[in-house]
Amino acid sequence: MFECPVPKSVSDRIQMAHGGGGRLMNDLIRSVFLEAFGFPSGSVQNDSAVLPSPAGRLAVTTDSFVVQPLEFPGGNIGSLAVHGTVNDLAMSGAEPLYLTAGFILEEGLPLDVLNKVVRSMAEAARLAGVRIVTGDTKVVERGKGDGIYINTAGVGAVPHDLEISPSSVRPGDSILLSGDLGRHGMTIMSLRAGLSFGEDLCSDSASLHESVAALIRAGIPVHCLRDVTRGGLTATLSEIAEASGLTVKLDEMSIPVRDDVRAACGLLGLDPLQVACEGRYLAILPGEYEDEALRVMRGCGVSSGACLVGRVEEFRTAPLLMKGRLGVERVLGMPSGMQLPRIC
Amino acid sequence: MQEEVYQLIDYLHHAVTRPWAVMEVCGGQTHAIASLGLEELLPPGLRLIHGPGCPVCVTSVDLIDRAVELSLRPGVVLCSYGDMMRVPGSRGDLLSAKARGGDVRLMYSPLEAVALAGANPGLDVVFFAVGFETTAPATALAMQQARALGHANFSVLCAHVQVPPALEWLMDQQEGRPDGFLAPGHVCAVTGEEDYGRLAERYRVPMAVTGFEGTDLLRGILMCVRQLESGEHGVRNAYRRYARPEGNAAAKRRMGEVFETEDRHWRGLGLIPGGGMKVRTEWQDMDASVRFDCRACDGAADEASGCMAGQVLRGLLRPVECPHFGSSCTPLAPLGAPMVSGEGACAAYYRYKRS
Repeated sequence: MFECPVPKSVSDRIQMAHGGGGRLMNDLIRSVFLEAFGFPSGSVQNDSAVLPSPAGRLAVTTDSFVVQPLEFPGGNIGSLAVHGTVNDLAMSGAEPLYLTAGFILEEGLPLDVLNKVVRSMAEAARLAGVRIVTGDTKVVERGKGDGIYINTAGVGAVPHDLEISPSSVRPGDSILLSGDLGRHGMTIMSLRAGLSFGEDLCSDSASLHESVAALIRAGIPVHCLRDVTRGGLTATLSEIAEASGLTVKLDEMSIPVRDDVRAACGLLGLDPLQVACEGRYLAILPGEYEDEALRVMRGCGVSSGACLVGRVEEFRTAPLLMKGRLGVERVLGMPSGMQLPRIC
Repeated sequence: MQEEVYQLIDYLHHAVTRPWAVMEVCGGQTHAIASLGLEELLPPGLRLIHGPGCPVCVTSVDLIDRAVELSLRPGVVLCSYGDMMRVPGSRGDLLSAKARGGDVRLMYSPLEAVALAGANPGLDVVFFAVGFETTAPATALAMQQARALGHANFSVLCAHVQVPPALEWLMDQQEGRPDGFLAPGHVCAVTGEEDYGRLAERYRVPMAVTGFEGTDLLRGILMCVRQLESGEHGVRNAYRRYARPEGNAAAKRRMGEVFETEDRHWRGLGLIPGGGMKVRTEWQDMDASVRFDCRACDGAADEASGCMAGQVLRGLLRPVECPHFGSSCTPLAPLGAPMVSGEGACAAYYRYKRS
């Protein structure tokens, strides 16, 4: 008996036709995206999601994710795309409700990589209690993308009347940091450099909204919240300090950085205070609530390492100052852009 | 660390009886000093002056222009260290060349460039080799590895420089001669102390091989000051845990196999006799300057008008004393290399001392 060689499924890799609006695209949406994110009620796919709206104010945000490598210890571009947008909502004190997911896929991307990323997104969304309600897929020619780019937009309900903004920051406020710095950035950079700094080093990528919600539920009048992402603590606090017209004074000795992160930064010539995190935030609040806020933050897993790192003062000399390890005060300037590793 | 630091500072306050100017040679030391705010803890009269030890700062404009030009040639990949990416030549820096379509890649090691050449036989991979005696052995190793693997598409644009001839040049100048030197710890870990001993003897100037932590720096300064106060001059070693008196024999051997000394134009300083390393004749097939028929490098092109980097590199001018500092010269729009290099004194001041 003769057997025709069975061609391997036409679709173990992304092809241009996956973005072409035909059957292949519909198969991809059903077998990958809807399978992971859930089918809309009644199994009807419309061009937009129609959703119940919460009472009160809404928070809306969007963010794009282009990380390389796509997978890293502690997560992948999918979980990151959920955490990043959930955290942007959380920094308004919002409760995340809905996410959208836009994918730009590069021709040739293995489907199992896409599946893994999409399942991680679904899992991260489930853990965060947020629904991915609509999405989009485009395919670009091989060599014109970096595997996967993801854009997520988020909508959240704002369950409080606080004005959470740099303009609410006042002299005497305490600056609390939710945990140690630099793990995400150094995980990515050490992968890119082909260096290993120990098996324990993995990304801190996580959703922060529950920790923030706990602060607000405890009645703490939070003045400002900001997740510590690109540019690290230095850029994040510089922005807040400049916008508030006040001076933020940090104490270097109180800023937690793990030994492996510090060593990796030392080797590559980077400043741990300028390295990105994806699961850390700053809470700026009146000094008299400092102890209570630390207790609440430390009660949540993602912020169990919360600590006081500085205070807000009336403006003097520069927006951001830091008392260094030897007690000498110095200016911390806004980082100029990309951190470049040094020679020696 | 703190206790030891304060004890060393206490010793220094007791040791210093007269004004002294000690030059830290290496830009890495300058950055550590600025970030720790060490100068504010030193006794009055003891002044640190920042030396020329920033290899990308002294790389000639001409060599950067060549690198930029090579990166824009079809089929050429130009690789270098991160420090080099934003240093301006006369026609922009490597990052702007990349934005204009040049194939520029940031590497942590020249061996990555060798691997890239092996994986892409159709491309010409050029490693823009910058640095003092610290990085030159790695370049030599990469060239030897490329030859052993038969990667004929790998070559090196050599900008390596040597520290001792520059110190000699500084001591031969009429102005700005320091009373003592903190010798660069990582360079000495490769080369050993011999050249520095010769210089200390010839110019009757004390030296201390010095590292990069607060205690390392203070120990080095103290070793210099104690010699100055007692009228001695020799090489002391405050960085023994890494820098052995004899250096690293294997690294020196490889460096000597591939490179030989030549006179080199140092950006901002001028022609330093013996200040450069060039590729030996027997390795010329891997010399990008020869392979790609670059125009003659005469070192004539120099800083943008008004840039005072030369005086900063010689320790004659502190970065904050420069009229352009922080106004017409910033890390985003630099006039000269010391404002953007990871080891540049202007960058250190901009980052840590600006108000």
